[in-house]
Amino acid sequence: MQMKEYKPLIVAFCCNWCSYAGADLAGNNRLNYPADVKIIRVPCSCRVNPMFVLRAFQRGADGVIICGCHPGDCHYTSGNYYTRRRMAALFSMLDYLGIEKERTRVEWVSAAEGAKFAATMNDFAEKVAALGENKRLEDLRCKQ
Amino acid sequence: MQTITRDQLIEKAVSLLADGTVSCVLGWQKGEFDYDVTPVLFKNADELKANFVWNDFCGANFSKYLVTKAEKATGKVLVFLKPCDTYSFNQLLTEHRFNREKVYAVGIPCEGMVDVAKVKAICGDGIVSIDCGEKLSVTTLYGDEPTVIDAKDVLAERCINCKSKKHVAYDELLGEEGEVIASDRFDEVAKLEAMTPDERFAFWQGELSRCIRCNACRDACPACTCEKCVFDNPKSGVENKSPANSFEEKMFHIIRAFHVAGRCTDCGECSRVCPQNIPLHLLNRKFIKDINCFYGEYQAGAEVGSRAPLVDYTTDDLEPGEVFDRRDNNA
Amino acid sequence: MRKCSLNSINSVFAEIAKAATLYLPVDGKDGSAVYTKWEEGKVWSNALNTVRSPKDFFFPQTENLMAFKTAGKNIEIIDTRSESEDFVIFGVRACDVKSFEILDRVFLSEPVDTFYAARRAHGVIVSVACTKPSETCFCGTFGINPAEPAGDISAWKTETEVFFRANTEKGVALLSKIEGLTEECTDEAVDAQKEKISAIMKKLPLKDVTTDAFGGGKTMDYFNSPAWDELSQSCLGCGTCTFVCPTCQCYDIKDFNTGKGVIRYRCWDSCMYSEFTRMAHGNNRLSQKERFRQRFMHKLVYYPENNDGLFSCVGCGRCLAKCPISMNIVKVMKKIGGENK
Repeated sequence: MQMKEYKPLIVAFCCNWCSYAGADLAGNNRLNYPADVKIIRVPCSCRVNPMFVLRAFQRGADGVIICGCHPGDCHYTSGNYYTRRRMAALFSMLDYLGIEKERTRVEWVSAAEGAKFAATMNDFAEKVAALGENKRLEDLRCKQ
Repeated sequence: MQTITRDQLIEKAVSLLADGTVSCVLGWQKGEFDYDVTPVLFKNADELKANFVWNDFCGANFSKYLVTKAEKATGKVLVFLKPCDTYSFNQLLTEHRFNREKVYAVGIPCEGMVDVAKVKAICGDGIVSIDCGEKLSVTTLYGDEPTVIDAKDVLAERCINCKSKKHVAYDELLGEEGEVIASDRFDEVAKLEAMTPDERFAFWQGELSRCIRCNACRDACPACTCEKCVFDNPKSGVENKSPANSFEEKMFHIIRAFHVAGRCTDCGECSRVCPQNIPLHLLNRKFIKDINCFYGEYQAGAEVGSRAPLVDYTTDDLEPGEVFDRRDNNA
Repeated sequence: MRKCSLNSINSVFAEIAKAATLYLPVDGKDGSAVYTKWEEGKVWSNALNTVRSPKDFFFPQTENLMAFKTAGKNIEIIDTRSESEDFVIFGVRACDVKSFEILDRVFLSEPVDTFYAARRAHGVIVSVACTKPSETCFCGTFGINPAEPAGDISAWKTETEVFFRANTEKGVALLSKIEGLTEECTDEAVDAQKEKISAIMKKLPLKDVTTDAFGGGKTMDYFNSPAWDELSQSCLGCGTCTFVCPTCQCYDIKDFNTGKGVIRYRCWDSCMYSEFTRMAHGNNRLSQKERFRQRFMHKLVYYPENNDGLFSCVGCGRCLAKCPISMNIVKVMKKIGGENK
């Protein structure tokens, strides 16, 4: 039997006001990005609790990306500034525990940046694919 | 050896009880041996004289007890605070976790607390008595002569890397005030950072896989004062009573450390109470080190009312993708 | 009685490990002993106590019971039980051996816990007499003699030799496997060793702790004692004492949603936890004092009441060593028992 080509599963938390609209625009413009990027819409990027990131990995994600409005453009004024600090601390901690730092990312994507959204997802998926399956933050029970 | 004596503390407590300043005293009670000290509320002078103890084994940080004890007490509670305890004290005040009006804080100097496990490693098992004089004199069931050791050689890790002998909060200070110390407490963290990701992963896998999920690290932590912890709440979806696999172990410890990031004063209670001797302080110190490196030096609890770095921001903070460059350049 | 030299004990381990998985206390990197699977290079620890008790082998902290999968309106029930393998636990102390009897009464009485029973049937226990009891030891309080440990095989360790005596059929079978590595001997050396241990027992600081005041039928004598307030006042509500205890046997059964199905598993639970035995109406013990009281009343009054006076504590001293606030069963027995003599 031929091995199925490995495709990473990517969870993208997208803020409702910018990045989710950016993903929409990417679709409208018929830009390609991997189908294995699963978008979860959140009201603001700062809605993303560190637990969400870990739970995504637990449930089989190979990479987690958080997309929000550009700093200064937050719909709620300052939400993405908090995201920026929190995720900096969290990603640094994951790296400290030996989890590949390429599996996590934060990107700012506005509603007008459909092309950036597609490019970001392509690039991220490629980097995660190069790492292979997420082994270090997996929950074997979820893989049965 | 501690510079201040048990008698001095009892004398202070008795006089404050007698003049009505306080109604009870949060202190250390002696146990079956010389090292198993229990935090207790003393109600009167007789109890104090009979059971109060102050020696090299009074490591417990009392600050967290104020959250429950101060509320219930009829009058003020007298609490003895070592320098590191005062940071937790301030942090809890910042978070409005107890009523300052109901507490009378007496700062006491601390020369560092002894780790019994280290004493046992030198003197062997069967410790019958430990005399905390100039040096520790340890008598065991199996040695004929007491073993004499320098307390400096058996200090707890957190005391070897003591960050401050200065009290940042008190109503009254006994003994000499100390200074903030330039400690080497981040050296271990830096050593881990210098490893390869594979080595780090192996290190933490080895440490965290020993976790039995007793929650002592969380329950002893003065920064962990949620009414209901997310890990105890069946509705949270992550409640779990056991470390079912390596993911659960990591999630618990990452989230525990993350939740106190920026609020952790590095008092070291988590590592002290861990029955499996997991170096949990290395997780907390990583956050402290990162915060210092990314957002400027910050010591939680150094003052009341300061804003913790993770609930604060500036418009030109570094991007999450840049943290690794920043760290590597600083190293 | 058979013996082998301490130097050749590793070849005995190797022989045992040929037929069954062998576990024994090995020093961990933090200095405390941990039951570890034996393989070439692992050294039998000199330490008296392991942090985790050997109850893990029969009653593991987490264990899958079954799994479900749903397809449409059908639920498929999957048996996740794996076949138990033969295993040997070497170097179990007298107190820990006694703890198995206490667990047996819970898990092997009707309805029999088949998961536990299977492990018990496959496990062989080689106990070892304590040469150097710790200051926290008080097994004598519960009538346990550390010089005469039970188990399938009893062993005694001297400076230079290890002595074996089979007590059960399982023990005889195991001893016959290592026959070539051991030699027949008299009881002399072992008797001398036993005497040495008895002499130390008389010097232990906790030798006078007594159970006289406790036992079945004493519930109302102690339940409302004001001493509980005092004893429990600084309890943190962590589960250290319960999880290091060799006789604590409470567990919770929980479901884990894997996203594709459900795994039903059981895990240790602690009466110190706020979520312990939570029911539809909420919790039945709301304060830490009530939880604290439950733990000690269970060990000293409720359990003996239901089990012919057998206390559910073996005096291993683990909780004395590990409690973050150094509150423990000895302090409780002295306080509560002392007041009501």
